[in-house]
Amino acid sequence: MRTWIARGSVLVTVAGLALAVAACAPPTKSSDSGGSSGAASATSAADLGGMDKLVAAAKKEGQLNVIALPPDWANYGNIIKAFTTKYGIKVNSAQPDAASQDEINAANQLKGQGGVPDVFDLGSAVALKNTAMFAPYKVSTWSDVPDALKDANGDWVNDYGGYMSIGYDSSKVPAPTKVTDLLGAAYKGKVALNGDPTQAGSAFSGVVMAALGNGGSADDISKGVSFFGQLKKSGNFLPVDPTPATIESGQTPVVIDWDYLNVAQTKTLQGKINWKVVVPQNAVVGSYYVQAINKGAAHPAAARLWEEFLYSDQGQNLWLQGGARPVREDAMQKAGTIDQSAFTALPPVTGTPVFLTQDQTQTATTYLTANWAKAVS
Amino acid sequence: MAGVTARRARRQRTFRWIVVIVLGVFFLVPLFAMLMFTIREPDGHYTFETWRQFFDWPQLASTYPDLWTGMRSSGELVVLTVALMLVLLVPTVVWVRLRLPWLRRIVEFICLLPLTIPAIVLVVGLAPVYAWVTYFLGGSPMTLTFAYTVLVLPYAYRAIDAGLSGIDVKTLSEAARSLGSSWGTVMWRVVLPNIRSAVLSASFLTVALVLGEFTIASLLNRTNLQVAVELLGKSSATMSVAVSLAALVLAFILLFALSFAGRRRGHNRRPIRETS
Amino acid sequence: MTTVAHQSDAAPVDQHRDPAPASAKWRAGWRRGRQLTGVVPFFAFIVVFLVIPTLVVAVGAFAGSDGRPTLDNLSALGDGYIVDAFVRSIVLSALTAVIGAILGTLLAYALVTAKPDGILRRLVTSACGVLAQFGGVMLAFAFIATIGLSGFVTLFLQNDLGVNLYSGGVWLFDLPGLVLVYTYFQIPLMVIVFLPALDGIRPQWREATSSLGGSTWQYWRRVAMPLLAPAFLGSTLLLFANAFSAYATAAALVSQGSPIVPLQIRSALTSEVVLGHQNLGKAMALGMVVVVAIVMWLYAYLQKRTSRWLG
Repeated sequence: MRTWIARGSVLVTVAGLALAVAACAPPTKSSDSGGSSGAASATSAADLGGMDKLVAAAKKEGQLNVIALPPDWANYGNIIKAFTTKYGIKVNSAQPDAASQDEINAANQLKGQGGVPDVFDLGSAVALKNTAMFAPYKVSTWSDVPDALKDANGDWVNDYGGYMSIGYDSSKVPAPTKVTDLLGAAYKGKVALNGDPTQAGSAFSGVVMAALGNGGSADDISKGVSFFGQLKKSGNFLPVDPTPATIESGQTPVVIDWDYLNVAQTKTLQGKINWKVVVPQNAVVGSYYVQAINKGAAHPAAARLWEEFLYSDQGQNLWLQGGARPVREDAMQKAGTIDQSAFTALPPVTGTPVFLTQDQTQTATTYLTANWAKAVS
Repeated sequence: MAGVTARRARRQRTFRWIVVIVLGVFFLVPLFAMLMFTIREPDGHYTFETWRQFFDWPQLASTYPDLWTGMRSSGELVVLTVALMLVLLVPTVVWVRLRLPWLRRIVEFICLLPLTIPAIVLVVGLAPVYAWVTYFLGGSPMTLTFAYTVLVLPYAYRAIDAGLSGIDVKTLSEAARSLGSSWGTVMWRVVLPNIRSAVLSASFLTVALVLGEFTIASLLNRTNLQVAVELLGKSSATMSVAVSLAALVLAFILLFALSFAGRRRGHNRRPIRETS
Repeated sequence: MTTVAHQSDAAPVDQHRDPAPASAKWRAGWRRGRQLTGVVPFFAFIVVFLVIPTLVVAVGAFAGSDGRPTLDNLSALGDGYIVDAFVRSIVLSALTAVIGAILGTLLAYALVTAKPDGILRRLVTSACGVLAQFGGVMLAFAFIATIGLSGFVTLFLQNDLGVNLYSGGVWLFDLPGLVLVYTYFQIPLMVIVFLPALDGIRPQWREATSSLGGSTWQYWRRVAMPLLAPAFLGSTLLLFANAFSAYATAAALVSQGSPIVPLQIRSALTSEVVLGHQNLGKAMALGMVVVVAIVMWLYAYLQKRTSRWLG
């Protein structure tokens, strides 16, 4: 009898402990940014006493933690280099291959540590779900950003966007103009989608583009899913994740991805492969990524300076040179500060761009989860 | 009878060679293909550029910093995990044998539990635990030691338990205690040397598991060798294949060499028993 | 006088009966407590790093995104794509377990007939040790380099022999490809796990059979196979559990879709499109534990049967 009580009480204690651990998160250590405690609550450069004070505070922190920024994604490699050259602040770029959800997971797992991400660059779905983690901050060029592309409170702001495109090796396949061209025999075993639509935002938008190109709409993604089903049946669909390595080796001659990513490949492979990019007519899906500052950033002043840099003319033009469309492009065009040659080099777009709302994304996601695996298996 | 035995031996030999050759080809073809993949250019000629880069150790750290970090992390994790496994497991198993035999079934069950709870399931539940670990100990990959020790428990326990079954722990420890040694001396100077081959075997298993572990490191967002190699595969196909091939070959050579060392230690010498 | 005597008699008798047992029990309990402190570090470690994560998964499977108990996650396990993933996982594990068991047994038997300390046995067991534990990502890359789209064998077959391996579609990243890659670590695992059982076969049994006039076939059918059957089945089950739980190889190989359950769990945890499904991931993890637990229980039962003869 006594042993049963003993065993039972042990089990109950352990179970209770488990639930306690699962339920509570550890207390957050005060960030070790040393001295610039004001920066953590600054909502604009003016709060700290001006840009110079912000630069000084950031330089004192000396480091910046970024996450999920591949060097060839919208020219981030050069952006990071330019930031370090301009301010002498070391940028620690963790997990360049991570997805948006991984950024949030990392921020949660490393809370209070010196390696916690300071800033986020997220897909809109993940961003809108985690706004509680963002610290509000309005950059000095805040007024240049269209209202639809920022949060009124300053919690987040769109940074760059692009349209879904088809990149292809012009020596291996004929130039596609419409999405339905990809069903042709010339594309057998050649068409790759960047990621799994139930996991990666870019692949998700790729399916939306396919839907638009097959008579669907932003509210109806089913035509896109069935298009990929057809692609798989005809043997054209390649279930391989295109990476710079696979494109260079010729494994994935046709890649459905963001235009700025395909354009980056054109630049890298110049001389080796004639990589061309086309945004299909009347199937223009656009999306902006979201920039936000982590409330628990280890280097709050450096994080804010990073955002100031990104939204300065220099930062925006660097993005433009990476083939992405910066949010301030209208204002910069008017002011004449835009890099005109880079702007004209962007792939031409025919048709009205479609941007999915949160509700449309939700409906599409539910449909995808239930039907994607069946369509392409 | 001798003729029958000789005929059987011949048949066995033929069977042996056929099986080994057929399966040997099956297993060696991918390794050969890996080698070819790393030295063959798309246009057909051969180049050793990838291997030259690989063996250029100082440069490796700057050209492939993630790979270098991953290698270092894995190396340190191996040492830490072997140490933690031995410190945790050997005293406990010996103590249970000596003083708490009624706990033996429970300890055995617990040590076999990680076989039932796959790494992918464990990592789902480890996330909140590791939030606390990160709070106390920081977010470095070294904290993966705890998870790895759990993963290696079944194999290590079986090896150490088998080793302890082969020696008479009770007599040895009682003799040592009666001669005045402390429990620490008993463990370190009496028991451990007698189960050397079991400890070595458990350590090899730990090394292999830690170097090959990917699931927990990847889903807890930490870098180790396998995570670094996977990341490398996305940017440089040839380098990642070269690293994989080198790691596999190195591990094989290591295990092969250590198979000689383990055997030469000989079977555990039995303590002298009473003759009557 | 007598009453006083009675009283004084009664008290000492009681005092003699209780104190010894009470203090002895107390001392025994104290001693046991002291002995138990020896295993406290181990148990504390296990509780924190094994028991609590398991409970987190078990409890989380029944919790909704708001934290309140719900059976939604379990009912979501009946969704088409999750059931498909489970079926595919089980089929993959069963197929590779059987293939690995048969081929592994052949290889193990070949080793057993060789010299016990010879080079062949050492070579093969070392190789098996490496491939069984070390595989994962590196194995996936090995196969991509071999029969991937620009793999050595693929190109060789295409350019030199005119055979297109993927004329019917790319199967490397689907179930057929996974089966092929998994056998690469299942066969070595079988060798490692089954070899001790084969070692346990005493040559005396063979001699006894032949001296009683039995043929090879009779030896195998009547003596060796019944003795080896529990070990063989147990090892096959272990192979099944190993394939079912494997994650790294598939994660590195398959980039499109999540055909098997471990990849579905990854998708539930890291997807940036389908959000808030962490608890569904826990429910899937619980499902995995149930399947593997059944298999491991059968394995433990068969192990007990094996050790009777071949231990």
